[in-house]
Amino acid sequence: MAASSDRIPPPFPATEEPGAGPSDMADGDSDEGEDIFSNPMAVSRGVSQPDNVNEEPPDLFSEEEASSTTVKSNGVHSDDDNDLFADEEAHVELSTDTPGSSARKELSTSSGPHPASSFTRSPAAMQPTSLEQLEEEESKDSFDVDVAVTNPEKIGDGMNAYVAYKVSTRTSLAMFRSKTFSVRRRYSDFLGLYEKLSVKQSLHGCIIPPPPEKSVVGMTKVKVGMDDPSSVEFVERRRAALERYLQRVVAHPSLLQDPDVREFLEKEELPRAVSTQALSGAGFLKMINKASDAVNKMTIKMNESDTWFEDKFQEVENEEQQLRKLQAVVDSLVNHRKELCGSTAVFAKSMAMLGNSEDNTALSRALSQLAEVEDKMEQLHQEQAASDFFIFAELLADYIRLLGAVRGCFDQRVRAWQRWQEAQSTLQKKREAEAKLLWANKPDKLQQAKEEITEWEARVTQHERDFDRIGMTVRKEVLRFEKEKAKDFRSQIVKYLEAMLQSQQRLVKFWEAFLPEAKAIA
Amino acid sequence: MRSVSVDLNHDASLLIDIPDALCERDKVKFTVHTKTTLSSFQKPDFSVPRQHEDFIWLHDTLVETEDYAGLIIPPAPPKPDFESPREKMHKLGEGEATMTKEEYTKMKQELEAEYLAVFKKTVQVHEVFLQRLSSHPNLSKDRNFQIFLEYDQDLTVRRKNAKEMFGGFFKNMVKSADEVLISGIKEVDDFFEQEKTFLLDYYSKIKDSTAKAEKMTRSHKNIADDYIHISATLNSLSADDTTILFVSVQKVEGRVASDQELKLTELLRYYMRDIQAAKDLLYRRARALVDYENSNKALDKARLKSKDIPQAEEHQQQCLQKFDKLSESGKKELTSFKGRRVVAFRKNLIEMAELEIKHAKVSTVVVYLVSSGLVWSQQLVTFK
Repeated sequence: MAASSDRIPPPFPATEEPGAGPSDMADGDSDEGEDIFSNPMAVSRGVSQPDNVNEEPPDLFSEEEASSTTVKSNGVHSDDDNDLFADEEAHVELSTDTPGSSARKELSTSSGPHPASSFTRSPAAMQPTSLEQLEEEESKDSFDVDVAVTNPEKIGDGMNAYVAYKVSTRTSLAMFRSKTFSVRRRYSDFLGLYEKLSVKQSLHGCIIPPPPEKSVVGMTKVKVGMDDPSSVEFVERRRAALERYLQRVVAHPSLLQDPDVREFLEKEELPRAVSTQALSGAGFLKMINKASDAVNKMTIKMNESDTWFEDKFQEVENEEQQLRKLQAVVDSLVNHRKELCGSTAVFAKSMAMLGNSEDNTALSRALSQLAEVEDKMEQLHQEQAASDFFIFAELLADYIRLLGAVRGCFDQRVRAWQRWQEAQSTLQKKREAEAKLLWANKPDKLQQAKEEITEWEARVTQHERDFDRIGMTVRKEVLRFEKEKAKDFRSQIVKYLEAMLQSQQRLVKFWEAFLPEAKAIA
Repeated sequence: MRSVSVDLNHDASLLIDIPDALCERDKVKFTVHTKTTLSSFQKPDFSVPRQHEDFIWLHDTLVETEDYAGLIIPPAPPKPDFESPREKMHKLGEGEATMTKEEYTKMKQELEAEYLAVFKKTVQVHEVFLQRLSSHPNLSKDRNFQIFLEYDQDLTVRRKNAKEMFGGFFKNMVKSADEVLISGIKEVDDFFEQEKTFLLDYYSKIKDSTAKAEKMTRSHKNIADDYIHISATLNSLSADDTTILFVSVQKVEGRVASDQELKLTELLRYYMRDIQAAKDLLYRRARALVDYENSNKALDKARLKSKDIPQAEEHQQQCLQKFDKLSESGKKELTSFKGRRVVAFRKNLIEMAELEIKHAKVSTVVVYLVSSGLVWSQQLVTFK
């Protein structure tokens, strides 16, 4: 695995020596507040730190997955939980064996090193397995299905009008009818797909990505006319959200296999989804909350033998809360940015007027130039506002919805537990009934009772198995979700930054063009 | 702020500055420090404590002084206004429970910085006022100016007396009348005709621009504040890279806001007030012209009635002299004002453009570093 250690990142200013390995293992929880320069360094020097992961607040970027190699790691857990760039897969089978301890600990028992951080991991044997693991996971993750939602088109007129989108698919998977194809779908079709998937898959503990919410106000404006800027923005916002929704669905290994998904992507004409009336923004939320209500009404508190679920649920709730808070501030940012656009435009006009008034010729020209620069600034601010909104705000909205879905699947697991408990208590009752019958000596009824007992024993076993299975799925789903989330946030932030970069560079050009004008004043 | 009015405080015979100031509640106490080689002063180097009201007293007495009617009296410094940061501090205190400790601390720091900026600004604006006076050939010799600089007792008593004496005469006069007066007179002098037209128009335009610039810089400040909240919330989500990005973007935005504020808005605001002072000069000259015209009429009347002719003649001469003196002095003042204004605008605009470029470049570097860090890490993740 020398090859992997060759891929050491280009030197950053204060790159430290990699020899820090073993001593670092004694370190406490690595600070989440590592700056950008130390994170890549952390990778390059492969600092190992013990996994005091229980106390860590959820990190948008960390991916808590570890390889399930059988190689012992002498108690050293993956440092990559703190590392932005950790990417080690979890194999859930490992986790169910050790009750009472944090699942993260279990999952990261043997931490395959990060490719570039290989050299500080003393057990050299760990290295080969982790890379294999990585490759395995890579192939698992590349589904080779690309979907796009484009070309919004208003069909019809008046209150019956709707917007049809082109859904294009490009794939190499055999299960589809061809390599590239497209269909036209409307919003209610997307909702219909979501409903079908929820009904089927949530019972298994899957995290079903939710589509964007209905908006009566938004749609009414569009029905009336699609030309004004707010309608255009609404349609574009919805198109982008639908695209992200679909991309998340096909990125999910189990959901992709679902025939409804295939039908959605392939079939020319879909039967009109009628029950989507219930799935307005409020309706979908209601569905989630129904599950939580059932959980809350439980008189028997679930005896959690595995604190991983409790801890994770708490994390999810906290994160959702923080994201909502963040969303509120970002909304404020977007509004203020729009205000800035307005006040800059107004100021530019005022400057132009002042320039006209000015009697010194050179100064007059400079002031007019300043007015033009401010006009260009307004344009920049507009673009920045769009970036703020479409990249940042929408990202937050997506993840608030998704976290709701995550909570939903946790609740499904609790429901499964409930069903198991209920079956057990019914079984208990049946056994008591049998005992009574034995006492009362009624042979024919006894036979029936025995049959019922056998039936319920089977049911109990089934429910127990379901519960275990759903638990495993939830675990897997959550870990996958976290990985996707980290990737998603990172790529969106990069996009946001690139837009900002462009904007700043143009700003420099504008002012550099103005400077000689200012200097020419005499 | 220093670049707002250039070429001040170069004459070593009288150097004035405000080296420090104290803020007690709402009252700011300025330490006015004078260094002089002039024999008219008792000591060569001394300091006195002064309040804002003392500056206003000085300004008003200068305005009321007949001898200075032909001069542009430097505009009085505006009252120290801590309203904005104080209000924000109050709001912050109210909302303390709803935010994290870190967010609160950050916001508090920002407010303290804002408070400090207001403080610095007010010190500078008072300083510039004094320096304008000390660099003016006539005004620097003013007796009241000397008292202001030297008198080591409280000026409060003098201030009260002054109020009683003048009753704020000029100030209480209906100012709006001056526009009508100025535009109404028949102007014989081309120079003043042009100046009148120019100044009236320019004043309204620059007043408008000042207001719009203030609004724009407020928007910038709001955005900077939003970024504080964002970075605080991101911190609690433990998203390190983005926190740094937003903190640095916020700092850049905040810096842009304060620099734009400082350069452009201050420039506009200062010259708006200066132009008002120039307009006041035109008003006084217009008044003198009216007096002269009236004295002419009175002389004609006296001649007709053959009564009190010598007094009327004398009065007319006096009015003419006064008018001529004002015109001559006024022309000089307005010409140098023009030059001063152009130079100040040039300096400010250059500095502003340079700052914008600098900050954009810094921001570009920061953004580039963070994003390349992120992109590179992403590549690492997907590498086989």
